[in-house]
Amino acid sequence: MNDIRDAIIIGSGPAGLTAAIYAARANMAPLVIEGEPSSTSDQPGGQLMLTTDVENFPGFPDGIMGPELMTNFRAQASRFGAEFITSKVTRVDFSERPFKIWVGEDAHRARTVIVSTGAQSLMLGLPNEDRLLGHGLSTCATCDGFFFRDQDIAVVGGGDSAVEEATFLTRFASKVYLIHRRDQLRASKIMRERALANPKLDILWNSQVVEIQGDEKLSGVVLEDTLTHDQRPLIVQGLFIAIGHHPNTALFQDQLELKANGYLVTEPNSSKTQIAGVFACGDVQDDYYRQAVTAAGSGCMAAIDAERWLEEHPG
Amino acid sequence: MAKGITDLDMNSFDDVIGSSDTPVLVDFWAEWCGPCKMIAPILEEIASEQDGIKIAKVNVDESPDLARRYEIMSIPALIVFENGEPAKKLIGAKPKGALLEEIGEFL
Repeated sequence: MNDIRDAIIIGSGPAGLTAAIYAARANMAPLVIEGEPSSTSDQPGGQLMLTTDVENFPGFPDGIMGPELMTNFRAQASRFGAEFITSKVTRVDFSERPFKIWVGEDAHRARTVIVSTGAQSLMLGLPNEDRLLGHGLSTCATCDGFFFRDQDIAVVGGGDSAVEEATFLTRFASKVYLIHRRDQLRASKIMRERALANPKLDILWNSQVVEIQGDEKLSGVVLEDTLTHDQRPLIVQGLFIAIGHHPNTALFQDQLELKANGYLVTEPNSSKTQIAGVFACGDVQDDYYRQAVTAAGSGCMAAIDAERWLEEHPG
Repeated sequence: MAKGITDLDMNSFDDVIGSSDTPVLVDFWAEWCGPCKMIAPILEEIASEQDGIKIAKVNVDESPDLARRYEIMSIPALIVFENGEPAKKLIGAKPKGALLEEIGEFL
């Protein structure tokens, strides 16, 4: 059996790693169970591992690449003694103290737990989607945009990440269609203006993908007009999905209170969950701001909340 | 070959892959790919632990012709070459255990 830790942090995006930096500096010797490599946005480093230039994280006037920023976060946490396990948590038990967290058969125990498991990309849920992933269909514009030089491609979505990806992809593609089911974009003003001004970017309003086509590789999609329900084919060689995220809360379903949309409930202006000693931060509990810097801020809150909780409950 | 990861490009690729007496796992990667960075340390571990397979990598930015030849449309892409021919293609980052399982038949 492993020793009882002061703090275990589950997840390693901006929230988890900021919590790790603060907890490590507070001599809590945190263990970060950082997740395992994947290309689905649920991975060590979190969603920023799949992005390019991060232009809105304070302190980087020229922007910084998402993966590089997260490598820096991790190095900073390591420097102060945070330890890492590169695996996924398989089960938790918060019903008694010390809390228990399993990675496979290996049980870890902790006086406080900080949940920062983030959110992962939603998929369309259409036939052919899994089969064509990596064969023209992608969830990572940064990784795969390069392979679509001088081709026609489409991005599905209308939020900041969709618009950002579509804009990024115009560096490579000859034409980028942004397929959006509404008649206006949810993305921030600066991103919207950039998209609308980009001559290589065409926004297909009131449209949704109802079919993905292709044998060996993606050859096109069928679009449906959300108002008239008319269908029409769109020939593209690449399709990038950016339709939003779902919080990674399946592990905590029976243990912590969830909102109807699956996000964890925390007390207002705090990282406290309804179980004393279990704290949550970052996108797993934020269905509103969802920014790297707000995640980092809430990670700091969680570490301070955990530290104070330990002071008030010694032993 | 010393245990480690060999960098391959257009000039060296065919020689190294064609002359290998063991399967070669080639990692197609790029500097700007986050998931590629995630699996790099895993591949280094596999290279030093497994004698039955060699590990090599191709930077798709520097060798776009090789990426095109093997129809890479997404990275990281791992292709196992046996007797100079592609025998298995894996796409996307995976944890070490899953990766070892996928390439188990070549170890």
